[in-house]
Amino acid sequence: MAKTSSIRWTLPTLLLAASANAAAMPLNMTRGVTEISQEVYSLHMLIFWICCVIGAVVFGIMFVSILLHRKARGVQPAQFHESTKIEILWTAIPVVILIGMAIPASKTLIAMDDTSAADVTVQITGSQWKWHYKYLGSDLEYFSVLATPREQITNRFAKGENYLLEVDRPLIIPTGKKIRFLMTSDDVIHSWWVPAFAIKKDANPGFINEAWTRVEEPGVYRGQCAELCGKDHAYMPIVVIAKSPDDYAAWKSGEETRIAQEKAAEQELLAMNMDMSELMANGERTYIAYCAACHQPNGAGLPGIFPSLAGSELILADKTAHIDIVLNGKAGTAMQAFGRQLSLKELASVLTYTRNAWGNDTGDAVQAADVYKVQQGEGE
Amino acid sequence: MSVVITEPHDHEEQHEHHDHKPGGIKRWLYTTNHKDIGTMYLIFALIMFFIGGTMAMIIRLELFQPGMQFVEPHFFNQMTTVHGLIMVFGAVMPAFTGLANWMIPMMIGAPDMALPRMNNWSFWILPFAFLILLLSLFMPGGGPSFGWTFYAPLSTTYSGDSTALFVFSVHIMGISSIMGAINVIVTIWNMRAPGMTWMKMPLFVWTWFITAFLLIMVMPVLAGVVTMVLTDKYFGTSFFDAAGGGDPVLFQHIFWFFGHPEVYIMILPAFGIVSAIIPTFARKKLFGYASMVYATASIAILSFLVWAHHMFTTGMPVFATLFFMYATMLIAVPTGVKVFNWVATMWRGAMTFEVPMMFALAFIVLFTIGGFSGLMLAITPADFQYHDTYFVVAHFHYVLVTGAIFSIVAAVYYWLPKWTGNMYDESLGRWHFWCSLISVNLLFFPMHFVGLAGMPRRIPDYALQFADFNAFISIGGFLFGLSQLIFVWVLIKCARGGVKATDQVWEGAEGLEWEVPSPAPYHTFETPPVIK
Repeated sequence: MAKTSSIRWTLPTLLLAASANAAAMPLNMTRGVTEISQEVYSLHMLIFWICCVIGAVVFGIMFVSILLHRKARGVQPAQFHESTKIEILWTAIPVVILIGMAIPASKTLIAMDDTSAADVTVQITGSQWKWHYKYLGSDLEYFSVLATPREQITNRFAKGENYLLEVDRPLIIPTGKKIRFLMTSDDVIHSWWVPAFAIKKDANPGFINEAWTRVEEPGVYRGQCAELCGKDHAYMPIVVIAKSPDDYAAWKSGEETRIAQEKAAEQELLAMNMDMSELMANGERTYIAYCAACHQPNGAGLPGIFPSLAGSELILADKTAHIDIVLNGKAGTAMQAFGRQLSLKELASVLTYTRNAWGNDTGDAVQAADVYKVQQGEGE
Repeated sequence: MSVVITEPHDHEEQHEHHDHKPGGIKRWLYTTNHKDIGTMYLIFALIMFFIGGTMAMIIRLELFQPGMQFVEPHFFNQMTTVHGLIMVFGAVMPAFTGLANWMIPMMIGAPDMALPRMNNWSFWILPFAFLILLLSLFMPGGGPSFGWTFYAPLSTTYSGDSTALFVFSVHIMGISSIMGAINVIVTIWNMRAPGMTWMKMPLFVWTWFITAFLLIMVMPVLAGVVTMVLTDKYFGTSFFDAAGGGDPVLFQHIFWFFGHPEVYIMILPAFGIVSAIIPTFARKKLFGYASMVYATASIAILSFLVWAHHMFTTGMPVFATLFFMYATMLIAVPTGVKVFNWVATMWRGAMTFEVPMMFALAFIVLFTIGGFSGLMLAITPADFQYHDTYFVVAHFHYVLVTGAIFSIVAAVYYWLPKWTGNMYDESLGRWHFWCSLISVNLLFFPMHFVGLAGMPRRIPDYALQFADFNAFISIGGFLFGLSQLIFVWVLIKCARGGVKATDQVWEGAEGLEWEVPSPAPYHTFETPPVIK
């Protein structure tokens, strides 16, 4: 089997690679790039050193006792026990230490809570297994999904430098501005975590959480979803790029223009017919990116959780219902409403692909106009 | 209160009341004897420990290197979920209940547990609970895959149909625990030998007494929350669904209101065990008996006020967050008192280092390390960086494996000669100890670093920077798993024979259980002992 050969092959490689990769992982919490993250780091180090000192004293006494007070050395056990004075002492000292730690921790916590007077507000919506960013007060919004190819995950290609920490469209923020994030979710609970900003906040479906940051240094900052959110929890990374305010403004207006153009182009597309091979080729790409995580690359699904598309009655019997479920999702299941996420062209292609792949030989070519009709509630 | 009806016994029954027990499977199915039931609990816990451990091995195998090699992510999630459930409800809790069954009546001079038939039932429903849970893994769609904390709506709207089996299985475990706890309380309250006053009870009895109250208070909360999950999933309620007026965060509040006291349910009896072992092998009285009792009670009360420290990232109001941070930090105080008392007990004693003492000493050091990381996790701003990473995984495995499980192993070595009448093989026991001690630290210590570097928990695949540490951790995991086979060898060897144990077994041992013969006869203290 392939599995056994891969492990045989990897064991020696791993040992060889060990020394090369050793420097790659930091051994401590990141200091991060914001004032808050630096404060969090100092709190972490403060409590760490306090624990080290207490540990050294307690374990020190214990080990001295183990060395000296052993029967093998012929000692006689002492008989002392019970001392209210000592008990009070070793209750009071920790209380004082704890108060010393609680004060700076409270200050940082209160500062983290103040999301007022933000310059830019981004709404972050988690869904299985991607992030959606919407810049409030603008038309600019997009999904951000894992960019690592499946072949790297299944060990058929060598893994890239940012394996599992790369996305197709990162979140872009301006430096030097106070950014407010509003977190929510479309399905299960996710958690948006970027260690460099010391932000980890749950995205709860039906509720909105707030967090804020102010990044001074331009750069690329990576994070991951931190709350178990189902099968592909490991595969929804976060990439944030901080750009200077000028670069950010240029990027943003460019994106806004592009969105306006795309909308216009979509209207043109309605009048066009794409040919079957183009639809199938586009469709396969879209399917692998958006559908295969659940329904599997071979369309067979996972019995009991994700239905099979190969031979699916819904697909074969009712084209409108097929278009509808892809557009609007199915309430109470993991099937999302892809009408929001994909362009008409992508939708038409992926519908055509799923109607013709894996023995679903309906021969139908679904065109953008067909999708548009269902979207507008007209049906066929 | 009640009238005792004495009926004439025939000879057979009379006989049975003494040392004769029915043979074969019937003895174990029908038994109401606290020692038999204790043995069954302990063996059951050991089997579950190996089943849950096998799942941990699968987890570590997949995490040995980045990329997906052996299992699918969905199956990986089932392994992390069921590993957690089995270890918490199937290994640690039944092991403590087994120790309680064996030792509490003997320690307080009672002939048996107060409610022996209920005792039989509370054990015998357990195998079925776990059978249901384990069989759910073979359903289409697989077993529960939402983590042992089963956060809604992942466990409601988005889960597979095994959720129903999971819910029923947890219900049965809960019923078993509640009955076990009632039995412990009634036994301790009513059946202490004359002269065995509250403040003369061994600390193991005290800690279990307090644990039993925690169980009775929180297991119904768990039953409530799993039922709400069930009705949300199948009967259209919306406790945890915002679209119907519910709140997914409410789930976490209810779950952790159970979950945090549960943590102490799994550690308080361990404190009792260590408080028995340290004085025995230091040949010196426990330094502060009364303060240990008060510290245990304080921890139990505080455990009801800290649940939301598991939920700092859910977006609570800042003042609620501050409250839970302070309350959590406060728990360090009574916990510290315990550790200081153990060290003070050792100080100027005359220690020997038999295997139970070795495990107890390792417990003190490694549990304290788990306590330190717990204190770090209490500091909310820092918790935002630690939460849901391997730092947390390291933390709770230090308190549960090198804490709870090491204490259980220490207890087994400590009382095994009393149970079997034979001394265990000391040199094999030492092998078990040193292999476990080294491998468990290879396994869990590097997890602190992996977590600080940013690796989230519950992921089957990870970024390349974590690769070397994970390979190392996996090797530690395999070694720890293998080391436990030595334990089984020691147990079997000791059950089959060995050097005969004296009644007192350990030179410094004090307490009623050391005054009865080794092995302890089937019935002990049919007439109550006299307590000096």
